[in-house]
Amino acid sequence: MNDHTPLGCNAAPVLKERGQHEVFCGLTGIIWLHRKMQDAFFLVVGSRTCAHLLQSAAGVMIFAEPRFGTAILEEGDLAGLKDANDELDREVARLLERRPDIRQLFLVGSCPSEVIKLDLSRAAERLSQAHAPNVRVLNFSGSGIETTFTQGEDACLASMVPELASTDAANLLLVGALPDVVEDQARALLSDLGIDNVQVLPGRRADQDPEVGPNTRYALLQPFLGDTAGALDKRGAQRIAAPFPFGEEGTTLWLKAVADAFGIEADHFDRVTAAPRARARKAVAAAAQTLSGKRIFFMPDSQLELPLARFLTRECGMEAVEVGTPFLHRAIMEPELDLLPGGARLSEGQDVEKQLDRVRADQPDLTVCGLGLANPLESEGLTTKWAIELVFTPVHFYEQAGDLAGLFARPVRRKALLAAQPAEVTP
Amino acid sequence: MKLTVWTYEGPPHVGAMRVATGMEGLHYVLHAPQGDTYADLLFTMIERRGKRPPVTYTTFQARDLGSDTATLFKDACLAAYERFKPEALIVGASCTAELIQDDPGGLAEALGLPVPVIALELPSYSRKELFGTDETFYQLCRALAKPVDRTPEVSCNILGPVGLGFRHRDDVVEVTKLLDAMDITVNCVAPMGSRPSDLARLGAAHFNVVLYPEHAENAARWLEREHGQPFTKTVPIGTQATRRLVDEVAQISGQAANLQDDDLRQPWWSASVDSTYLTGKRVFIFGDATHAMAAARVARDEMGFEVCGLGCYNREFARPLRALAKEFGVEALITDDYLEVEHAIAEAAPEMILGTQMERHIGKRLGIPCAVISSPVHVQDFPARHSPQMGVEGANVLFDTWVHPLVMGLEEHLLTMFRDDFEFSDAAGPSHHGGHAPVPPAPEAAAPTKAAPAPKSIEDLVWVPAAEKELRKIPFFVRGKARRNTELFAAEQGVSEISVETLYEAKAHYAR
Repeated sequence: MNDHTPLGCNAAPVLKERGQHEVFCGLTGIIWLHRKMQDAFFLVVGSRTCAHLLQSAAGVMIFAEPRFGTAILEEGDLAGLKDANDELDREVARLLERRPDIRQLFLVGSCPSEVIKLDLSRAAERLSQAHAPNVRVLNFSGSGIETTFTQGEDACLASMVPELASTDAANLLLVGALPDVVEDQARALLSDLGIDNVQVLPGRRADQDPEVGPNTRYALLQPFLGDTAGALDKRGAQRIAAPFPFGEEGTTLWLKAVADAFGIEADHFDRVTAAPRARARKAVAAAAQTLSGKRIFFMPDSQLELPLARFLTRECGMEAVEVGTPFLHRAIMEPELDLLPGGARLSEGQDVEKQLDRVRADQPDLTVCGLGLANPLESEGLTTKWAIELVFTPVHFYEQAGDLAGLFARPVRRKALLAAQPAEVTP
Repeated sequence: MKLTVWTYEGPPHVGAMRVATGMEGLHYVLHAPQGDTYADLLFTMIERRGKRPPVTYTTFQARDLGSDTATLFKDACLAAYERFKPEALIVGASCTAELIQDDPGGLAEALGLPVPVIALELPSYSRKELFGTDETFYQLCRALAKPVDRTPEVSCNILGPVGLGFRHRDDVVEVTKLLDAMDITVNCVAPMGSRPSDLARLGAAHFNVVLYPEHAENAARWLEREHGQPFTKTVPIGTQATRRLVDEVAQISGQAANLQDDDLRQPWWSASVDSTYLTGKRVFIFGDATHAMAAARVARDEMGFEVCGLGCYNREFARPLRALAKEFGVEALITDDYLEVEHAIAEAAPEMILGTQMERHIGKRLGIPCAVISSPVHVQDFPARHSPQMGVEGANVLFDTWVHPLVMGLEEHLLTMFRDDFEFSDAAGPSHHGGHAPVPPAPEAAAPTKAAPAPKSIEDLVWVPAAEKELRKIPFFVRGKARRNTELFAAEQGVSEISVETLYEAKAHYAR
């Protein structure tokens, strides 16, 4: 883990692009957030397009009556904002009556609600008062004009921070919505290290939300939580800078940074991590056989691109051709950029047609991209990995390191299996 | 403002995309914020298209608002033209762009591109996806279809198939076969499968065959008015409708009615004794109006089912559907609220649902088998094999598809005879569906979120424990009907307590 390649990417030039973005908007985050926060309801105030997006992105994954919905703006709502507010109050009252189990309601802003300047923060205040103490009403924007895909989770968590209870305790705050099983693994590892006052943002239920104060130290679990980090800084909490816990190396460096912050002895750290590290290395090695020497191209999607490129290059032997990210948060990404071997083209933002030209010119062995691009690229003979799976699948920490590598190896293995029959594609 | 959980239709610009994606040589420049590109995945993932939809999104952001979104649009338009060199462009706004009022039509016009530019006005806050398909195709015809001479031979256009349509690919093949058999040439299939330059020659056909009125009715009416082309009104789903279409085409074209029915197996399959058990199966039908109405006729007249519910989500076609529902003696359900549909299905307790992907999920929740007959669709509704709904093979496919979810004839008897045998337990479900046993209704399904006004007398009914136990001995696939019939019977008779006796009296009363 001390094998820092001397030439990291911190000083590398970044290609900045403006053009058609082929990415989801921040509303998409609701699909995993509403499962994580079991007493929360996400009410998008938007258009039929918003409802259709959520439905299409969620697909068949969930069809229980979900804890999200869209209050679809109609022509009458556009005519007068007063009426829109009345309508919103009425819909919220009806919803809460129907779902008495809801303890926190998020009003989620969308492109149309932003453009007509519907003030959801005032609406949230008003509704909080009306429905206190049973329901807390917060608001954030998941609009495409302001947020890209995973930034929706950032906006959501940032909206929760000012509401968190204060504490003077020296607690550790883990920030990011991970699947419960992974969160439990992280807690177990930290507990074995001797760090026990651990809380997670977001809590699984409103009454499990963490406390924060000047002695709080926090570690991000996801790279896209810049605004949440800023909000926690304002509450006096201190960020533990670290690479992200992807792969054996990332997990170890992340844990090490946390352990150091809490004064854990190095010997003890090594004892606790030795076995899971060995397991993770073994699991990654199986997939690395497939991936080693292969060239990978990341289209911008979730802001996970840099940490994943670091994992795939350093632990799986891949070569990164281009690492695109929708937004490069330097302060948070610095430890990742230090580790990423030089030579990769870094790009921020997107002009999808130009980027596809580069993909075709580079002919990578694997292209990580959104669902709208995957089949078209496959039909051109390229091999792709859907980026969205990376945010819907448990991929963090030691026990998932092999699964994470496997997600990238599977399309490559499949292409090899089917190689006997060149695909004939009907457009 | 209306709270929506799942929607049957997307916004109208998605309808425009369905038209554009079905065509070649047409490009759509859509003024839209980041995120609206999600719609691409409908085509690349659900329909497994190997090409991106021909759509350029301007992807404006908050910082562009109020400054230069118009420039952004013009740049995107020019770049799209340069890169794709389409024969024609359509331009329009998604819901957010509609609010900023940049006038894509005017902006594109000002660019002076050397190809036709067609501006679409699709009001996002009052209309939906099917309006979008119909309006887009109509505007394309208006702008592109020129006066041309009729073909010397008898010919027609096939109108209506679009991208992401339920079995449109295969329906076109079947209907083309029908026309072939009558010596009628197909001049153009549109929108799907055509180019703008093909639309210019629409007027060469002698008449139009409209497969999907939802997508092509406006265009067909305009072509009738402006180009003197009559169009067909029959949608050839099922044996009888297929025969009716052949007759209608004969009448319009003057060609002899001729149906190649050597491969038509559906009528005999339906008449053969094994199908006796289909008699009176109660089906609930919901979908787009055209498919729902066609399914209702096939269900009653060709399968011998009893239609116990009929509805559609597209209000534009409510009138004919209401009339048909009346003829069938059921109340039409016109709604795009899936909770309302779920409630109506739970109330009707059908033995099978013929619906969309939404009803398939409802059926899963309620433990009722379902066959899909209409959009909205999912990836499994795009089978690799030829699987039409229309014409001769379409009728065969309907028979297979609708019978498959049901418990088979002899099995039904065995279930009744050996209903206490653990291997015939409810949980087992139809024996030919390994691992897909219907699940018992979830508790929340039993308590519909929107309580419908039930007659007070039925609410007050009490089942005595012995009757409740007897009811549980009835096989699961008819239990809902038995419960409902018994309660209706008891209410009619003014009985407030249902005993085993009441149950069997009701059974005798409803015997058929």
